[in-house]
Amino acid sequence: MTYLTKSPWILHYDGSSCNGCDIEVLASLTPVYDIERFGIINTGDPKQADILLITGSVNAQSISVVKQLYDQMPGPKVVIAVGICACTGGVFRHCYNVLGGVDKAIPVDVYVPGCAARPEAIIDGVVKGLAILAEKEKAEKEGKGKAATAAPPAAEAKP
Amino acid sequence: MGKRTIVPFGPQHPALPEPIHLDLELDGEKVVRAVPSLGFIHRGLEKLVEKNDYNAMNYIMERVCGICSFGHSWGYSGAVEGLMGIEVPERAQYLRTIYLELSRMHSHLLWLGLLADGMGFESLFMNCWRIREQILDIFEATTGGRVILSFTKVGGQHRDISDETLKKIADKVTTLRPELKRICDVFIDDESVKNRMCGVGKVSTDEAVELGAVGPTARGSGVNNDVRCTGVGKYEELGFAPILEKDGDCYSRCKVRVKEVFQSIDIICAAVAKIQAGPVSVPVKGPAPEGEYVMRIEQPRGDAFYYVVGNGTKYLDRARVRTPTDANIPMIVKVLQGCDLNDVSMIVLTIDPCVSCTER
Repeated sequence: MTYLTKSPWILHYDGSSCNGCDIEVLASLTPVYDIERFGIINTGDPKQADILLITGSVNAQSISVVKQLYDQMPGPKVVIAVGICACTGGVFRHCYNVLGGVDKAIPVDVYVPGCAARPEAIIDGVVKGLAILAEKEKAEKEGKGKAATAAPPAAEAKP
Repeated sequence: MGKRTIVPFGPQHPALPEPIHLDLELDGEKVVRAVPSLGFIHRGLEKLVEKNDYNAMNYIMERVCGICSFGHSWGYSGAVEGLMGIEVPERAQYLRTIYLELSRMHSHLLWLGLLADGMGFESLFMNCWRIREQILDIFEATTGGRVILSFTKVGGQHRDISDETLKKIADKVTTLRPELKRICDVFIDDESVKNRMCGVGKVSTDEAVELGAVGPTARGSGVNNDVRCTGVGKYEELGFAPILEKDGDCYSRCKVRVKEVFQSIDIICAAVAKIQAGPVSVPVKGPAPEGEYVMRIEQPRGDAFYYVVGNGTKYLDRARVRTPTDANIPMIVKVLQGCDLNDVSMIVLTIDPCVSCTER
């Protein structure tokens, strides 16, 4: 990718992480890594966000919040799981209250491993997410041209 | 009087980096009652002690919280060492003291940044975090990790830090002093910052004692409960004296933390000057004996309490942590009664909440 077609806004939520990845997400917004120079802003409002960045696994109480945040975001949207806990549950996967990675709750587009995930890795994940976002946008536009009926999201594939 | 309104605050809120939920019962703009509900990031990691032996558990205890991770590994290792009757070498104790103070600097700078962000002072936020990165660079260069260090083990430290490197660390934190002075003066002297914090969220000394507040939050109200005075680590040899403020409002809690950043620089330099050559760990063998042990250390947020129970095998029966934010929540709930809705985020921020620690 040589240029950005969008300045995506990020919504960050802590599923049940140890804080390590959270502070690395914030660190990538501050002067040394400065993701804001690409026009990427951390917003607190799901209605304004394009990318949902989730740190930590999901647990019994946060799963409904994660689903709710995802549903509130307008499409096209991208979900990035930051840190090994968000990917698989990590060291906490055997804990009684941990359900597993974020993909147990919502569809995940990019997985960023690491404990804690380094800011460079997070930025790389966001850039990969941007390409997916552009693809989704394109698909959505084409889909609208072909059929007037909106395709339902492919989240609930279970019979 | 109008009807009372309940405003939900969190779990996802711009002022909160972590999820905590408060139901704020409002009468107009005044908060009448605040009801916290927790559990959004509860993992239940204390139970993992049944599946991991006492050495492996250190790896998990480090991940109680990513901000005060070094302190958690010290607290847990210290408790197991106490249970097993292991004497940690002098040099390891100095290294632990130095690294805990570095953690305190990075944690306080992180908090000062979040506080500035909370009142909408964006450039100050960025400056705090810019300086903080230099401390993370020290961590990365010496231990390999930026936030999770994996530096402490039961019986000492994983690796030695050479005297040369320690000297460089002391020089580095000393050169940070003028930069820190520049941003810290803003927190202490700036009118707009003072307007947001002076007289907001007052807690008297008696209230702080009664509600069991700990750490800089209690010291802002003049309560000296600094665990560093009780002979943990090497603080006594380094002439440690706690920093106290009397007023008990958000401003004095902020002042305590600002002064502690500079104090940490002094402690690090003094420790580097005093550290002697020697081993950094002792071999640890065999099962943990039956019995229990309590260890307390002063985390950046206050008094953290570690409790372990051994049963004569390599697996502990129980490893419990009581974290500082846990102890400070009753105080926030009390202080929020009668404050303005706009001050809620400021008051919640000034106890330096670390929800990941609290819920584990």
